[in-house]
Amino acid sequence: MPKTTTRKSEKPVEELTYEEALAELESIVETLEGEQSQLEEAIKLFERGQTLAAQCVSLLEAARLKVKQVAGDDISDFEEETE
Amino acid sequence: MQPPLFSAPTPQTFTVSKLTFLIRRLLEENEILQDVWALGEISNLSRPASGHVYFTLKDAGASLKSVMWKTSAARLKLALRDGMEVEVHGKIGVYEPQGQYQLYADQIRPVGEGALYQEFMRLKAQLEVEGLFDPERKRPIPELPCRIGIVTSATGAALRDMLNTLRRRLPLVEVVLAPSPVQGSEAPSALVKSISSPILQSSDVIIIARGGGSIEDLWAFNDERVVRAVAASKAPVISGVGHETDFTLCDFAADLRAPTPTAAAELATQITIHDLAATIASLRSLISTLMLNIISEKRSALSSLVSQLRYLSPSRLTQSESQRVDDLSRRLSSAVFNRITLERKHVEGTSRRLEALSPLAVLARGYAVVTRQTDGVVVSRVAQASDEMNVRVSDGEFEVKKQRSIISNQ
Repeated sequence: MPKTTTRKSEKPVEELTYEEALAELESIVETLEGEQSQLEEAIKLFERGQTLAAQCVSLLEAARLKVKQVAGDDISDFEEETE
Repeated sequence: MQPPLFSAPTPQTFTVSKLTFLIRRLLEENEILQDVWALGEISNLSRPASGHVYFTLKDAGASLKSVMWKTSAARLKLALRDGMEVEVHGKIGVYEPQGQYQLYADQIRPVGEGALYQEFMRLKAQLEVEGLFDPERKRPIPELPCRIGIVTSATGAALRDMLNTLRRRLPLVEVVLAPSPVQGSEAPSALVKSISSPILQSSDVIIIARGGGSIEDLWAFNDERVVRAVAASKAPVISGVGHETDFTLCDFAADLRAPTPTAAAELATQITIHDLAATIASLRSLISTLMLNIISEKRSALSSLVSQLRYLSPSRLTQSESQRVDDLSRRLSSAVFNRITLERKHVEGTSRRLEALSPLAVLARGYAVVTRQTDGVVVSRVAQASDEMNVRVSDGEFEVKKQRSIISNQ
């Protein structure tokens, strides 16, 4: 029986956070590993998986530590001392 | 003062060595003198190349030669200076060559530390009884935090070290700093406020840290309020206070103790960006493999269907029919051929028999056929003879004329 997987997160890949992209990539792998899926669907999943992996890599490469500080009940940017 | 001449026995005479030995034994047998803290000011400090430390401990009324051997001196956390008020622990002994009693020191602490240590032990015991340090209370540190809260001084080297470590190991993480003085009288309440700030408590893990310093410098991290705030934190806490050898009560209350602030930042990021990159690379190759597998499964399913289809196809049926036709026609032609051969043999036999019956054969035996020239009627009786007749023999014929007729009697 071909199963139809409706994915909640069909957000454009570039809007995903690293964690979301990784989680979806892992779920795609599980689906591809699982029961027979329809070829067309498998190809779609595969293509999205590739895009997700590329997104993960570019997020990793672009990652810069964000440092904020607590200011009362609020949060503000933290200026690091530069030596 | 003159000794009484006859009232007492004559004093014994000892060699200097023997006497010094007796004095030494006297001192070494005294339990108090063998485990004692001496309070005084350091003077005449000297550290020769041997690594041993020599100094004189003095106060207004007396002085005490002291020596600290190299091995103890190496463990010393305090930088000794002349004029420094200290408490020195050790035992009293005698240096016999110079007849000098002295303190053999093994520990030195600043004045006042003794009282702090007493307070530390009292509070530790109390909180231990309350169960604040129970191993069951320790929560696991998340392997891959999204947000790390840091409680430390905004200007210290500890913060810089931690941020550098986090930047190197997991730049994906968001750091929320709750700056707080980490020493001085205002430090404990500021630390408590920072730790319990709701924004900080929304972190996946909190690091409470301070660089190395004297025991007084670290004292805020032994403050009961601070220790209780660490224990009460909803987010798991890693403590990284001072150096490897420093233990504070915050360390005991925290979910995890790190030896230094840098180590705390490392323990807060068990999964690094390199691990993540490796995971992505392997997932990436995994989906490609899976896709190839799916395609090859589909392909082999397809090819088995195709071969089934081919088996059932009308063209295959036609093929076999035409083969049958071929076969039949082959059988047919061979049947026909046989038949013809047979017929030919038959005809040949018949014609041989026919030949045997041919009149020509009779002629060959010497008989002749006589026909009338006029009408070709075969003359088989005398009465039929005409005047001119043809005689046929085996190899030709000739003409004859009738001369006389004789009828035989039969």
